[in-house]
Amino acid sequence: MLNYTLRRLMFTIPTLLLISFIIFIILDMAPNDPTGNLPLTIPPEVREKIRASLGLDSPMYIRYLLWCQQFFINEPLNLFNQWFGWCVGDCEGRLRVTSWATRSPVVDLIAERMPQTLWVVGMSYVVGILIAVPIGVISAYKQYSWFDQIGTLISMIGFSVPTFFTGVLLIVIFSVWMPNDSVFWLPSIYDTTLKVVDWSSFVQQMRQMAMPVMVLALFNAAQISRYMRASMLDNLSQDYVRTARAKGLKEKSVLLVHVLRNSMIPVVTVIALGIPQVFGGAIITEQIFKVNGLGQLLIIGIQGADIPLVQTLTFLFAVLIVLFNLVADILYGFLDPRIRYE
Amino acid sequence: MKLTHIIAGTLGAALLSTTAMAQERGRDGNVNVIYWQAASILNPYLSGGTKDIDASSMVIEPLARYDENGNMVAVLATEIPTPDNGGVSEDLTSITWKLKEGVTWADGSALTAEDVVFTANYCMDPDGGCQQLSKFGGVESVEALDDLTVKITFDGPKPFPYGPFVGSTTPVIQAAQFANCTGEAAPTCTEQNFGPIGTGPFTVTEFRANDTISLAANENYREAGKPAFATLTFKGGGDAASAARSVLETGEFDYAWNLQIAPEILADMEAKGIGTVLSGFGPLVERIMINLTDPSADLGETRSTVANPHPFMSDMAVRQALSMAIDRPLLVEVGYGKAGKVTCNVLPSPAIYDSPNNAGCEVQDIAGANALLDEAGWELGSDGVRAKDGVRLSILYQTSTNAVRQDFQALIKQWWTEIGIETELKNIDAAVFFGGDQSSPDTFQKLFADLEMYANTFDGTDPEAYMGNWACSEIPSPDNAWLGGNMPRFCDPAYDALIVEMGGTADINERARLAIEMNDMLMQSYTIIPLVHRGNVSARANTLEGVKLNVWDSQLWNVADWSRAN
Repeated sequence: MLNYTLRRLMFTIPTLLLISFIIFIILDMAPNDPTGNLPLTIPPEVREKIRASLGLDSPMYIRYLLWCQQFFINEPLNLFNQWFGWCVGDCEGRLRVTSWATRSPVVDLIAERMPQTLWVVGMSYVVGILIAVPIGVISAYKQYSWFDQIGTLISMIGFSVPTFFTGVLLIVIFSVWMPNDSVFWLPSIYDTTLKVVDWSSFVQQMRQMAMPVMVLALFNAAQISRYMRASMLDNLSQDYVRTARAKGLKEKSVLLVHVLRNSMIPVVTVIALGIPQVFGGAIITEQIFKVNGLGQLLIIGIQGADIPLVQTLTFLFAVLIVLFNLVADILYGFLDPRIRYE
Repeated sequence: MKLTHIIAGTLGAALLSTTAMAQERGRDGNVNVIYWQAASILNPYLSGGTKDIDASSMVIEPLARYDENGNMVAVLATEIPTPDNGGVSEDLTSITWKLKEGVTWADGSALTAEDVVFTANYCMDPDGGCQQLSKFGGVESVEALDDLTVKITFDGPKPFPYGPFVGSTTPVIQAAQFANCTGEAAPTCTEQNFGPIGTGPFTVTEFRANDTISLAANENYREAGKPAFATLTFKGGGDAASAARSVLETGEFDYAWNLQIAPEILADMEAKGIGTVLSGFGPLVERIMINLTDPSADLGETRSTVANPHPFMSDMAVRQALSMAIDRPLLVEVGYGKAGKVTCNVLPSPAIYDSPNNAGCEVQDIAGANALLDEAGWELGSDGVRAKDGVRLSILYQTSTNAVRQDFQALIKQWWTEIGIETELKNIDAAVFFGGDQSSPDTFQKLFADLEMYANTFDGTDPEAYMGNWACSEIPSPDNAWLGGNMPRFCDPAYDALIVEMGGTADINERARLAIEMNDMLMQSYTIIPLVHRGNVSARANTLEGVKLNVWDSQLWNVADWSRAN
């Protein structure tokens, strides 16, 4: 197993390098211009100078190598320096990956966005799983019962109604129609500067998270509960279930120990593969509730042709996807003793 | 009796003065401002974005700015220098600003003329990538005559010398703070660019790029009792509709910027009665630019250059018919509502420059347009498209991707079909269309189409540079890397002569006459077809007082005067 993991890890290095190069080429070929969104009153000569100051006048491969150097060498060294206080090389003048729009290091921007994305999108994932697993189990156990029918309906709604609809609907109900002094009134705009220090600020944080988390949780729960239900149904008709029942085991332990455990194998994989999406943020939901996490950062970068920012973010997503694929594969081996990687 | 009156009077006066005393700084708590485009940086010299300029205008200030009527008001200067008060030299080559005495930066140090000189050199540094460089166009030197006097010398007569340090695009930054940030180092100074020390009513407490700025009242602000708010939250992100909702419907925010959304939706939101929609009109005009040169792809290198005149757009009758067929009031109603007005001029504002000579375009005249084309010999073919000598009136109409623009395209195409002109529509992503990417054929400068639609405006109140866009020398072509603002490829020596004349005229009325004459030349030759005079729409909560929507400068220009209604 360890051998396999190490081999897979080694293999990710060339994969990720290739991915970073492809992302760079695609971004470079995109007919976009960082000065395109500036007011038309800025004359073309000035635009030329701005482009030159961003380093856009040097050839593609030089810009790529520069990014590689900044991202793979300078940024880790800088992190090292910040965490341990040890300085390797030129700590002050080291060139970091810098956003064109904010002129600040991209990695700092990402670190600043991480908390709200993890809170909101991560929490919605957890809530989604907590809702989805019981629904999936009960739906499968009582197939075609009214519970199953309603569960199916809700999953269909969660699947097919886009978050930009449910989000705005919730805002209209809880922020617009609800009187401002009601306990059920919820803020439609997320305050990223809120710091949780006491009970009242904690309540405030919960209130501002309520709507975006619910919107996303509905979407996630819909997906996972369908997998859970299908996987449970597969297992319920297996011979080992009949054997367990014939042995006289209690229905509870048949269902929750034998069937559930076996059914979780594919679901755990689906959940693990979905985790990179949590870091990717939820572009639309973040935009609606102004959570301003990683998703919103990416979309602003794309709109403003902020190539270093988009490149770095997209690459980090690629890293997460590759890593969690590996995690899913390894988890598979742990959960199902029949699977062995040699 | 008399005595009691006097006593009562004195008491009253004393009470009044105590209420005046009570008007202390920071009395009204917090105010929330939402800009749906989040601010990325607080240094306008490194960003041309309105959101960044507006956000920074609360912290750093210029020598003078424009008020809500487009008049200049002194901010850090004692008065506006003019030739009459001796501030502008007689030969119009230099301007001398006097700074107010006793102005301090937020850190308590004094503002001096050296700061102004430093700011000018900061922007004019060729390696700095300064985005406001055009404001310093023609500046030869900026020098401090004494602690409070700055002299800006131009390389020639400058009849309108109010480019540098007038308006929020060119504020004064603190020399001490930015000393190590000049030239190539400018973009690396993240700390300075995110938290400039200023003379304005607020100071930055926390800057979260592309998200939220937290600001607090500047304790060293020069006006006593201002700002009324102790803290200000500047939130960014989302879209215009939800920003409008947060002020007009949920009441979470007090001021929302640039609410370009469907007029009826905005009216519905306003009906809730907790906020007010504000609109103001600057010089922004949605217009159609006609390509007077041939955009045919067969021409290769000389495509859309003056080498080949357009096969039918060079006929004025065609251009005039295109304009006559448009129902401008309907366009305003469909696209902009309160935020738009019909205009027949490409220069509709400030009022003194608005030409009275082109009225009449408000009325759609399909019959007249048809008659005009008949007369010019363009005969209707069996396919419903007019042609003459084998040239069919079939046009490609391009614009940027934007819901309102696509509505306009569809409507206008319909009207043009009615006068026998076939129209193909095309829309291009704004970042490509307005981006200067040399390799893209779809930029608005290349204009590989018969006509294109977009909006343009100018900074401040002086139209000289704007009208200069249509000089022969401004025609984009491969020779100048497709740079220049003369999209129609209009070239008239008489027009160029007017530009030169305006460049040597300081009298404001005479300048207005020249600008109107230039506007009329463009309008009466139907080179540019103006459609809608677009305004800015913002919203404020009814409890927020002192807001004056300013289209000539930052919308937050008078944030020091904002207060909470009791």
